[in-house]
Amino acid sequence: MLDKNGIAKRIAKEVKDGYYVNLGIGIPTLVANYVRDDIEVEFQSENGVLGMGPFPFEGEEDADVINAGKQTITTLPGASFFDSAMSFSMIRGKHVDLTILGAMEVAQNGDIANWKIPGRMVKGMGGAMDLVASAENIIVAMMHTNKHGDSKLLKQCTLPLTGVGCVKRIVTNLAVLEIVNNGFKLIERAPGVSVEKIKKATEGLLIIDGDIPEMDI
Amino acid sequence: MINKKVAHVQDALKGVTNNMTFMLGGFGLSGIPENAIAELVKLGVNGLTCISNNAGVDDFGLGLLLQKKQIKKMISSYVGENDEFERQMLSGELDVELIPQGTLAERCRAAQAGFPAIFTPAGYGTEVAEGKETREFDGKMYVLEHAFKADYAFVKAWKGDAAGNLIFKGTARNFNPNMCGAAKITVAEVEELVPVGELDPNQIHIPGIFVQRIFQGEVYEKRIEQRTVRQRS
Repeated sequence: MLDKNGIAKRIAKEVKDGYYVNLGIGIPTLVANYVRDDIEVEFQSENGVLGMGPFPFEGEEDADVINAGKQTITTLPGASFFDSAMSFSMIRGKHVDLTILGAMEVAQNGDIANWKIPGRMVKGMGGAMDLVASAENIIVAMMHTNKHGDSKLLKQCTLPLTGVGCVKRIVTNLAVLEIVNNGFKLIERAPGVSVEKIKKATEGLLIIDGDIPEMDI
Repeated sequence: MINKKVAHVQDALKGVTNNMTFMLGGFGLSGIPENAIAELVKLGVNGLTCISNNAGVDDFGLGLLLQKKQIKKMISSYVGENDEFERQMLSGELDVELIPQGTLAERCRAAQAGFPAIFTPAGYGTEVAEGKETREFDGKMYVLEHAFKADYAFVKAWKGDAAGNLIFKGTARNFNPNMCGAAKITVAEVEELVPVGELDPNQIHIPGIFVQRIFQGEVYEKRIEQRTVRQRS
């Protein structure tokens, strides 16, 4: 089974040379730490920066340079700043190659819910609805089950949707899955995790085709 | 040169009354019009509708107006990080319209640019699109979103001049340029008001035509919400 860093490490393998990538808050943010250093990738943050670098050294934090999680960051050579309308032009205009974000629930048809629990938690969607409505290549990074042990990979989302039929790939602590033919196609197992265990943790339709390899991370 | 300069925040906020609709720039606490917000608290105007990506934190930014219950309605995309906000919203004291971040930006920009509405794919098939017109273009569904109508836009820039020209810094730019000229009156506050002619026309982010009043803020706290650092190796 993977921890959060393990999930990030596996997703980092999906990041290809020349990609512009938008990373959501949480596990997705960790992906930047594991991208191969022999490829060129630029990270976009929807609050208005392209070419994000690592966190600043202590004493060098700048209130005017933050990421979408409101964390202080630095920029790399070649970086640029821009306004919110232009930022979402990059996103809706499909100029960003890969979007990695977290989710509370994903349905077998690719629906995603990650912004609201009615009556309990309402933080808002931020840029998530724009991202999922437009991106061609969306990877969801999340734990396979919630803290009560319930599956987050469902036949149908129970929470208010963020977007419909948009998720392509999911990487969890247990598996890599792809949305195909209205089901979760099992692509890889996390190290030491059996198909049986993944089956038990998946409420939606799990498609198992032949032998399922273990992740190579 | 048409002079937009006013001496104080008090002059800049002249005409502000109860029940108005305001746009306020900023993402999180970065690039928020700190001086205008402080003055709105002092003025005690209430029944306000505020269009702003976030709602500040409990004791800073728009959180200060929320504490005093001056805000009737918030139009935002993300409102975490603010317990008082969540309390007022869940208890029904505060009316909240949550909309996608890109939609918020574009509804500002539409107002600025003279478009009555835009079509966006964001939110299609979700509760955000409920009751709204939708239309198919090239096989994909879009939602009609209207331009905002606001009385004042309060924006914050790094440098400006009396002509109203503005230059922003870093990610403090965010929604500020999109809100300039998107309300009846745009009030810009800057960290540094420089003599006219000093700003390079090539480097201006927002031309003065979009700004009605400009002043230099007295003080900027520029609070950091999430101070994250790495270790020196």
